[in-house]
Amino acid sequence: MRRLLSGNEAIAYGAWEAGVAVASGYPGTPSTEILEHLVKMPGIYAEWAPNEKVALDVAIGAAYAGKRAMATMKHVGVNVAADSLFYASMTGVEAGLVIISADDPAMHSSQNEQDNRQYAKFARIACFDPADSQEARDFTIAAFDLSEQFDSPVLLRPTTRICHTSTQVTIDSVRKEFPEPGKYPRNPSKYVMIPAFARGRHPVIEARIAKLTEFAETYELNQIEERSSDLGIITGGIAYQYAREVFPEASILKLGMVYPLPPKMIKKFAQSVTNLIVLEELDPFIEEQVRLMGIKLYRHEHMYPHTKSIFPLIDELNPQIVRESAIKAGLIQGEISSKEPQKTNFPNRPPVLCAGCPHRSTFYILSKLGLPVNGDIGCYTLGVVPPLKAIDTCGCMGAGIAVAHGAAVAHDGERHIAVIGDSTFLHTGIPALLNVAYNKSNVITIILDNRITGMTGHQHNPGTGKTLMAESVPQVDIVGLVRSLGIPTVATVEAFDVQTIEKTLIDWLKKDEPAVLIIQDECALLPSARALWSSYQVVEDMCNGCTICFRIGCPAIYKSEVLDPKYNRPLAEIDPLACTGCEICAQVCPRDAIIPVEINQ
Amino acid sequence: MKAINFLLTGVGGQGTLLASNVIAEVGLSNGYDAKKAEVHGMSQRGGSVVSHVRWGKEVFSPLISEGEADVLIAFEKLETVRFIDWLRPDGLVIVNNYCIIPLSVTTSGSIYPQDEELNALITQRSKKVHWINGIEIAEKLENTKVANMVILGALSFLLDMKAE
Repeated sequence: MRRLLSGNEAIAYGAWEAGVAVASGYPGTPSTEILEHLVKMPGIYAEWAPNEKVALDVAIGAAYAGKRAMATMKHVGVNVAADSLFYASMTGVEAGLVIISADDPAMHSSQNEQDNRQYAKFARIACFDPADSQEARDFTIAAFDLSEQFDSPVLLRPTTRICHTSTQVTIDSVRKEFPEPGKYPRNPSKYVMIPAFARGRHPVIEARIAKLTEFAETYELNQIEERSSDLGIITGGIAYQYAREVFPEASILKLGMVYPLPPKMIKKFAQSVTNLIVLEELDPFIEEQVRLMGIKLYRHEHMYPHTKSIFPLIDELNPQIVRESAIKAGLIQGEISSKEPQKTNFPNRPPVLCAGCPHRSTFYILSKLGLPVNGDIGCYTLGVVPPLKAIDTCGCMGAGIAVAHGAAVAHDGERHIAVIGDSTFLHTGIPALLNVAYNKSNVITIILDNRITGMTGHQHNPGTGKTLMAESVPQVDIVGLVRSLGIPTVATVEAFDVQTIEKTLIDWLKKDEPAVLIIQDECALLPSARALWSSYQVVEDMCNGCTICFRIGCPAIYKSEVLDPKYNRPLAEIDPLACTGCEICAQVCPRDAIIPVEINQ
Repeated sequence: MKAINFLLTGVGGQGTLLASNVIAEVGLSNGYDAKKAEVHGMSQRGGSVVSHVRWGKEVFSPLISEGEADVLIAFEKLETVRFIDWLRPDGLVIVNNYCIIPLSVTTSGSIYPQDEELNALITQRSKKVHWINGIEIAEKLENTKVANMVILGALSFLLDMKAE
C-alpha cells in the first residue's frame, strides 16, 4: 500500500508494524501526532503521561517486562526525561525500546533549537535520522530490531520538516507478532543501578558502542551513492534532500544512523572524492566526529572550531541557504540573491491569543497591575504579545513558579506572580508549588485551567477526565491538590469574570502569603465551547473610540473606518465571523457600547 | 512531466493545511511524486502560516526556494504580498479577496494596505493574478467553510485539471 503520510503518521505505522505494545508520551510540537495516529491502530496501548520523564519510565518499564515500547516527545522533552534516558542506557532492556525525539530546528514552536543527536553520544546509544516519511517508517522498525540486537534503547530523531512533511510511503500493514514474554526479570546486577552494579554496567555500554561502531560499517541504513568524484557529501536527515536538490551530481554518503558513525566507510568515501563536505542541520555533530577521524574536509581550517565550515550553525536549512552557502564557499558557481530585505510598512502577523481565549482576562488584569509575571510554556505564553505584554520571563515547562519563588526569597522589591497552564502545572509545576508552600514565599500562582492541553491541539491530561484511549477517568481535583501541598488560600474564578479576577488579586496582594488562583473556562476552540459561540457588536452611537477594548488584544476587534465626531478617533468594530461572544470586551467597555448581536435585532 | 511548486499562505485557523493536503493528493493521483511541508503549533494561533506543496517526477526538498513557486495561493490578501518573493516571475497568483486585520493594526500605528497597493505589488511580480471572492461565493452556497474549496475550484480551472 502506497500513501502520502506525514513523518509522524509514518512513525506510528512503523511502530505498529514493529509490534510496539506500549507507547507513552507527552504532547509537544512537532511530536504530538505520533501517538494520536498510533492509538487508532489495533492492539496498541498508548497514553499521555503527565510529563516526558514519566512517559520514558513507562516505556522502560514495558520494555523491562518484555514488550516492545516507545516514548515520544519533542526535543526539550528529552531534557525532562534525561535522567531516565541515562539509566535505560546503562541497564538495557528485555524488548525493543525506542525513544522519539522530535527536534525543532528554526524553533517554529519551541524555546530553543538544541540538537538532540548529542544525547545519543552523551548516553551511548544509537541515533537514527530519517530523511522522509518512508525512512521515518522504515527506521522506526529498524530501531526496534537494533534495540533488541544490542540490548540498548535507540533514539529516533526526526525534525519538524520530517514530522510535518508528507511524502509517499509504502506500508506492509502487517504487524509483527511476538510470543508472550517470560517471567519478569529478576536480574539486579543488570537492572538495579546501585554503584556496585552500575560500575559493572559502564564497561558493558562502552563495549556496546564499540560493537555498534563496527556494525555501522555494513549497516544498511548507511549508504554510499556514487556519482561524480569531484564532490562528496556526508549527510543525513532532511539535509540529505537539500544535498540532492542543490548538488545533483555529487556523490553522497547518506547516514541513516548518525551515531555511532562508521569510520572505515567514511574514510573510504573520503578517499573516493576530490572535495569532501559535511551537510547537516544545526550542530557540527557529524563534522566534528569526521574531523576527529583525521579526515580533511573542503576548506578544512575555515571557521572551525568556532562554527561549521560551510553551512550555518543556526536555524533550519533549506535549498536556498545550502546553495548560497556553497556559492560563498566556492563550491559551486552562481549568484547570491543580493536583494535587501523588503522594507515595507505592512503590519506583521505574529501568533496571538485566539478570539474568545479564556486566558485573555487574566493577562489584561496582570497588564493593568503591572507586577512582574513569571510565565510558563503553553498558548498563554502569548500573553507576552502587545498590547497585553504581561509576561516577563518564560524558560521551560514548569519553571515559572520556582523562578517567581527565587525572586521572592531573593527579596525582590516587587511581588511576583507565576502564571501556568493546567497541563503544564501537572507536568512539572507541582513540585515548584510544593516548594513555594514548603519554603514559605509569598508567590501568587495563577493556574490557567482551560480543561485541555491547548497549544499542541487539544490533548487530554489528568485534569480532563479522559485518556488518549478515550476512556473516562476521575479528573484531578486541582483545588484539593493545591491545598494538600500546603497552600491555604485557593480560589477558583470563571475566566470571563474580569472583575472578580481583579478584585481577588488586589485582595491577595495585601497579604504576605502564598496563594493560588485557578482561572477556569474551557479553551474556546473545543467543540463544546464552539457550540456556544455567539457574536457581539459595537453600537456606534455609544462608542467614542476610547481604545480600552483594543487593550485586551482580541483579534476579533479592530479599528472601524468610522471616526468619533468629537475626538476624531476610530470607533471599535467587531468581526462577526471571528467573535465568539466571550464578553470580555463588553465587560471592560466603560460606555456599555458592546452588546450581543441578537438583542439589537 | 512538468514539476509544479505551490505555495499556500493564510492565517492560522483558515484551513490552509487542509487545502494543501488536497493539492498534494491531486498531484499523486495525476502520477506525480509529491511532498507537502507545513508547520503546526504556535504559529497556528492566528499567525501567518505557509505550506509548501511540490509535484514532480522525483521531489527531494519539501521546501520551495524563493522565486521558485509556480503558483501562490493566498487565503488572505495581505498574506499574498508577504510571500510574493517566493513566486517565480510571472507565476500564477490566486488571491482570496478576504481580509483578516492583524492585531498589530488595532494596537499600533501600522496600516492594512489598500487593495490597489497590494495589487500593484503583486503585479510587479506577475500579471497572472486572479482575485476570487471566496467568502462571498461560499456565503451564496450558505456555508462560509467551503471558501477554500471555492479557491481550489478556481485553481483546478486555471491549471486545466479535472475537478475531482
